Amino acid sequence: MINEHLPALIIGIPLLAAFATPLISKINDKLRNIFVIGILGATLCLVISLAFNVFNNGIFVYVMGAKSPGLTLPSGYKMPVRIILEVDGMSIFMAIITSIVSLLGAIYSWAFMHKETGKDKYYTLLLILAAGMFGMEFTGDMFNFFVFLEITSIAACGLVGFRINRGESSEAAFKTMVMYTLGALFVLFAIGILYGEYDALNIATLASRIRYTMLDKIALGLLVTGLAMKAGAVPMHMWVPDAYAEAPAPITMILVANSQASLYGLFRVCFTLYGLTISTYTLGWIIIILGVLSMFIGVTMALIQKKIKRLMAYHAISQTGYMLLGVGVGLAVLSDANALNTYGLKAMEGGIFHIMNHAMYKGLLFLTAGAVIYATGKRNLNELGGLAHKMKFTAIFFIIGAAAIAGLPPFNGFASKLIIYESVYKFNPMLSVIAMLVSILTLASFVKVFQSAFLGPEIIEVKKEPKSMIFAMLCLSVIIIAFGLFPDIVVDKIVAPAANALVNSMQYIAAILGGA
Amino acid sequence: MMSKIVRTITNILYSSILIFGFYIIMHGHLTPGGGFQGGAVVASGIALVLIAYGYDTVKSWMKKSNLSVLESIGALGFIGIAFLGIGTTFFYNFLANSGGLFGDPTVIGINPGNLDTSGVLPLMNWAVGLKVLAGLGSVVLLMAYGIRKGDEE
Repeated sequence: MINEHLPALIIGIPLLAAFATPLISKINDKLRNIFVIGILGATLCLVISLAFNVFNNGIFVYVMGAKSPGLTLPSGYKMPVRIILEVDGMSIFMAIITSIVSLLGAIYSWAFMHKETGKDKYYTLLLILAAGMFGMEFTGDMFNFFVFLEITSIAACGLVGFRINRGESSEAAFKTMVMYTLGALFVLFAIGILYGEYDALNIATLASRIRYTMLDKIALGLLVTGLAMKAGAVPMHMWVPDAYAEAPAPITMILVANSQASLYGLFRVCFTLYGLTISTYTLGWIIIILGVLSMFIGVTMALIQKKIKRLMAYHAISQTGYMLLGVGVGLAVLSDANALNTYGLKAMEGGIFHIMNHAMYKGLLFLTAGAVIYATGKRNLNELGGLAHKMKFTAIFFIIGAAAIAGLPPFNGFASKLIIYESVYKFNPMLSVIAMLVSILTLASFVKVFQSAFLGPEIIEVKKEPKSMIFAMLCLSVIIIAFGLFPDIVVDKIVAPAANALVNSMQYIAAILGGA
Repeated sequence: MMSKIVRTITNILYSSILIFGFYIIMHGHLTPGGGFQGGAVVASGIALVLIAYGYDTVKSWMKKSNLSVLESIGALGFIGIAFLGIGTTFFYNFLANSGGLFGDPTVIGINPGNLDTSGVLPLMNWAVGLKVLAGLGSVVLLMAYGIRKGDEE
C-alpha cells in the first residue's frame, strides 16, 4: 500500500513536518530537533525504497488526486490533465543526494545552531527547502516544476539571510532573491510560451508535441539561462559567493544540493523536453562552453580569496563546470549513436557521478569551514592558524575533502574526474587539458587553505567541535572514501541508470502517453 | 493613532471587511476568489485597524505568536486534507459526490450555486484562507513595528 504512494509521501511528509515544526518548538527545543531529524531520516528510508523500486521496475508514475495512482489518461483523454509525478533513474539519483544532504545538515545544525534564536523558523525553512528540492526532482509537469523552484528559492533566501545580526547576510539574501526571482521569471516566461503553443504543461506531452519553431528557440534560451543562473554557472554566478559564504554552514551544504536540483532541471529540459526534436550539437557546445568558463573562472577567482567560505564557494562554481562539461559532451553527441556509445554515455556518467561526489565533498568542506568558524569566530584565513592542534578531527576531515575535490586517489573526486578526462579527451583533447589544469589549480588553492588555517603554531583561542558536528562530517567522509574505493559499483548501480534515463527520452514520454 | 473620524469609520467598516473576506473564502468554489483572496481581504482589515489605532494599541489585542500558530494550523490543515485522501491517492477528493459534508453532486447549467458541493475544496479554501490571513496579518504587524521604530529615531 505504502509502495504505491512513495513519491507523494517523499514530498508530502517533509512539507507536513515543516508546518508542524513551529508548533512542536513551542513544547520543547530538543523534541523539535529529534522530530526534524527523525522526519528527514524517514524520508531517506522512503527515498531508498523508491530507488529500489525504480531500479527494478523502471519509471515510476504517480498521478495526484486521480482514482488510482497510475491512471495518467482517464477515459477519453488524449493528454494528462492532472499533476503527475514521474520518477526515473535521474530523478531518484538526485533525490538520494538531496535526502542524504538534508539529513546530515539537520544533524549538524543541532550543535551548530545551538546558540541562535529563531530556530523554529530555521528548521521550518530547512524542511520546506528539502521538500521543494524533492518536488523539483520528481515532478513531470513544467508549471509544477516552476512552483517548486520558487519554493526552494524563497526558503533558500530566508536561510541565507538567517543571521540578521550581520549586515552582509541581509545583503547576500537580497542579492540571491533578486537573482533567483529573475531566473524563475525567465523559466515562467518560457513555460508560458510553451503552454500557449501546445496547450500542455506535462513534460512528456510537451516533448511529444514540440516542433522547434522560433518561439521554441526563445523558450529554450530562456530556460537554459534561468536554470543555469540558479545552478550558478559563469557568467550568471555572481550570487553564489555571497550566498554560500553568508548562509550558516549546514545550509550552504543544502544550497549546493539546491543548485544541483536546478542543474537537474537544465538537463531534463535539454534531454527530455527538446532532445527528440532538435539536433543537440549546438546546444551541447553551449553547455560545454558554460562548463569550461565556470571551471576556469571559478578556480582563478578562488585562488585570490581570503575568506574561507567565499573561497570554497568559488570552488563550487568551478566544480559545477565539470558536471556541465561531462553532460554537455553527452548532449553534443546525442544524435550520433556511434560516438554516444564509445564516449558520450561515459562522459555523461562522469558528469552525473560528479554531481553526487561534489555534493558529498563540497558539503564536507563547507561543514569543516563551519566548524572552524564555530570554534574560532573568525572567517578570514589571515587571522587563522594552528587549528590542527585542537581540532584534530576537523583537520582530518578537511584533508579528505580537499583531496577529493582536487581529484586525488583514492577519494571519490578522482573517480568521477578520471571518467570525465578520459571520455572528454576522445571528444576534444583541449577540453580535457583545461579540466586537468583546473584540477591542479584547485589542489594549489586548498593546499594554501590547509597551510594557513590548520598548520603552524597555536595563535588563537579554539573551542572543541561538538559531537553532532563531528558525526555529520564523519558520515560524509565515509561516503567519500567508500565511493572512491568502489566507484565501479556506484557507477553501475546508481549512475548508469541515471545517464540512460536522460538519453532515452522516449521511455519518459511513453510512461505517460502509453506506447507512443 | 489617527483622528477620531478615522477611528469611527474603521469601527464601522471593520466588521464588513471581515465578513466580506470570509464570504470570499466560503464561496471560493462557486465564485471568483478563494482562500488566498479572502485571506488577503481579511488581512487588509487588520491593516486598517493598525493604521487607525497604531501599533501599540493593536499589539495588546493580537499577538504575533498566536498568528503564527494559526498560520501553522492553516498549512497543516491543507496538507492534512491532502493526506486524508491517500487511501486512493494523495490530494484525492474523497468528499465529492459522497452525499456527506460538501457532498452534493455539482449542478450543471445556470443556477444560483449550491454551497454544499465540491468535496474537500471548501475545506482547503478555509485552510488557505486561515494561513493567508495569519501570514499577511503578521507581515503587516511586522511592517508597522518597523515603521514605529523608524519614527522613534
